[in-house]
Amino acid sequence: MTSTPSTTSAAPCLVVRDLAIDLPAGADRAHAVHGISFDVMPGQVVCLLGESGSGKSVIAQAAMGLLPASLRPSAGRIEVQGEDVLAASPARLRALRGARMAMVFQEPMTALNPVMRCGAQVDEILAEHTTLGAGARRARVLAIFERVRLPEPQRIYDAYPHQLSGGQRQRIVIAIALILRPALLICDEPTTALDVTTQAEILALIREMQQENGTAVLFITHDFGVVADIADQVVVLQLGRQVESGPKDEVLRRPKEAYTRMLLDAVPRLAPVLRAPIDAQAPLLDARGVGKVYRTGSWPGKRRTVHAAADVSLKLHAGETVGIVGESGSGKSTVARCIARLIEPTDGDIRVPGIEGSRGAQRSAFRRMVQVVFQDPNRSLNPRRTVGQSIVEGPVNFGVPHAKAWQRAEELMALVRLQPEVLHRYPSEFSGGQRQRLCIARALACEPRVLIADEAVSALDVSVQDQILKLLAEIQQRLSIGILFITHDLRVASQICDRLIVMHKGRIVEEGSAHDVLLSPREAYTRTLLAAAPGQGYAFGAG
Amino acid sequence: MTSISLRDDAPTPAAAATAGVLPAAPRAPARSLLRRLLANGGVRIGGVLLAAMLLLAVAAPWLGTIDPNAMDPANSHLPPGARAEFTTLAGDSFDRFFPLGTDSMGRDLWSRTAYGARISLSVGVAVALGSVAFGLVVGMVAGYFRRLDGVIMRVMDGMMAIPGILFAIVLVAVWRPSLLTVILAIVVPETPRVARLVRSVVLSVREEPYVEAAVALDTPTWKLMLRHILPNTVAPLIVQGTFICAAAMLVEAVMSFLGIGLPSEVPTWGNIMSEGRTHFTSHPSTVLLPGLFLALTVLAVNMLGDGLRDALDPKFKARGG
Repeated sequence: MTSTPSTTSAAPCLVVRDLAIDLPAGADRAHAVHGISFDVMPGQVVCLLGESGSGKSVIAQAAMGLLPASLRPSAGRIEVQGEDVLAASPARLRALRGARMAMVFQEPMTALNPVMRCGAQVDEILAEHTTLGAGARRARVLAIFERVRLPEPQRIYDAYPHQLSGGQRQRIVIAIALILRPALLICDEPTTALDVTTQAEILALIREMQQENGTAVLFITHDFGVVADIADQVVVLQLGRQVESGPKDEVLRRPKEAYTRMLLDAVPRLAPVLRAPIDAQAPLLDARGVGKVYRTGSWPGKRRTVHAAADVSLKLHAGETVGIVGESGSGKSTVARCIARLIEPTDGDIRVPGIEGSRGAQRSAFRRMVQVVFQDPNRSLNPRRTVGQSIVEGPVNFGVPHAKAWQRAEELMALVRLQPEVLHRYPSEFSGGQRQRLCIARALACEPRVLIADEAVSALDVSVQDQILKLLAEIQQRLSIGILFITHDLRVASQICDRLIVMHKGRIVEEGSAHDVLLSPREAYTRTLLAAAPGQGYAFGAG
Repeated sequence: MTSISLRDDAPTPAAAATAGVLPAAPRAPARSLLRRLLANGGVRIGGVLLAAMLLLAVAAPWLGTIDPNAMDPANSHLPPGARAEFTTLAGDSFDRFFPLGTDSMGRDLWSRTAYGARISLSVGVAVALGSVAFGLVVGMVAGYFRRLDGVIMRVMDGMMAIPGILFAIVLVAVWRPSLLTVILAIVVPETPRVARLVRSVVLSVREEPYVEAAVALDTPTWKLMLRHILPNTVAPLIVQGTFICAAAMLVEAVMSFLGIGLPSEVPTWGNIMSEGRTHFTSHPSTVLLPGLFLALTVLAVNMLGDGLRDALDPKFKARGG
């Protein structure tokens, strides 16, 4: 393909050729990205797909002229409609941004100015780039609010970002990006921070706007489901290197490279897996009617009562995995925290055989039986203590002598496949996946009967996520513990759970075996959730 | 409860297929804290200057000084660099070089300034240690035990409302002026500031997942505060401590200068300046020279504090390191 500037519609909107961007000296590799070449045609969606550290966001920043000062392009070029962005002056870049190219960011709350009304933030773009009068600008802003399907555009015009939902905020960001009808739209993980049903709506909106205006879209994501739903072309990146590129169906169905195949195999399928039946003996954990009410505000202000969870009952048996799935605000984490006795439930009763009451020594015994693995492996280990100190802390609290606890920690390292010497190191020396292994080891060090995994794989890359899920399954098989698996991701839940509980607005909407809930859901909300899961019609995962 | 053995069973075939033992990441060359601190210009310059002042204070008797209170009215107001015959009140007489001259009572300014460094530095360090210690305890309790927070912080707000100098005057009027009174008079108004800082750090650290994880491990509250929360407050506290130290030295000098600090015969920089004030137009060096020492010391401590803040701030650390 030639890269000569041309006005015909056949010319690519974005051309990236042999792009290399250097990392500062002392980084773990020399280039953030190198040897990157692809085109985005008008009306086409090209997905940059890669795990964390693959350099996909750096390419987007370079195209927008937003590279941090420490990163320098050292070779190649990026052309937007024939104009070299890397050589453009700051003033020229400012003129190009908004008018020719625009960007939608991952986190809509931080992408918007919290102290400016939403309407004014869109108006700012028009005032900067057009000569329209105030009245005409307002009309155009309201029109685009209507186009991105914001309810009550007049009200939203005067609202502050914190008064809107996450999906509405992302619509505002999209409105800002599209109001000047740019030729190129760059979306950097625009739906990662959103719930699955909202994600489906936003993806549909981006697709619709793109078809209407013939916009070229460069879409950055780590999610194969999203790629399957939105991409025309796919570029796969690994550690700054372009692994493979081609039409979506080619890459997703007939990947040429081993790395792509490995990634595709790691994506959990949205179908229940066959799991060994559970003996229905006495449950390890029996929660009845658990509820948590938060009361905020005090006299003389307004009092608010929030039912974070209400009337949640569940049983967990040895060797069984029960999944609690739901969107943000569904109360799934509140239930997990109540069950782990990290917060006291306002109602209900959580029973573990042999333990009566929830105070003093009884609570201590309870905590030994019920352990938690948290979501963010980067923050759930104390950065100022060695991994070993963190792991033996639990057993020592429960009265195990230090030497014995340490010996057990060394054995656990073999179980989570790390070397025993790592116990002397600090958490910062490990990758996210390794840290999550350490967190699992820390929980297991207390010899619990119940393990609560609160979004334990949500922050991990898909290949690492796959390893951790396999590790959890293996540990469960060997130790026959019960796992309460909290997640927002139906794909992940379908791979590990025997039974599923679907929560919505603090209540259980549906529960049953994973097979029944996934294949023949009874409730409308469950069906909505399943329908919103991206990437249907593509058989991910290893056969 | 049955103990679960992890040892005797061989890995399952599935496990063996997944992966062997994961090699740990290669150990990153640990950049020591000291080296990171020394790379900072503020820490280097401030540190050297402060070390010089400390040396002056500690080694005052061996730096060519005489009794700082020895006076010879015949030699009053000698200019810096003068040489004269000095006769003490006891009648001993010797020839002496006065590097900084003498004051209106003929006392050697160099000796008084060198011994004055002892007072200034000990007030600064004692106040910093005292207010950090009290503020740390109060702030940790207020930040961690939410029920006590309201009461404790209102008391602290009340303490902050008392003007420091006024409080010092009252304290000195009630008790006799002594080093301890002066230190206490400065510690009390500084403590609430430290408490507020510690409380805010504790409020954010207690929400960290690793603290929640420690609660799940049934860690007793005292261990939780000592092991998981306290270490994370140390860096901002060191920085705050240096600024308190600098401020305390200034306040002590002001108190002495106003005559509400240590008795006027005690050689403090504030007292020397106070004594020289009446003759400032004719003999400015009696005020300016001790003032220069005070300014340099405060500058050194502040530079050290600024440098420490930059060096200890996580934002300046190498990523992932």
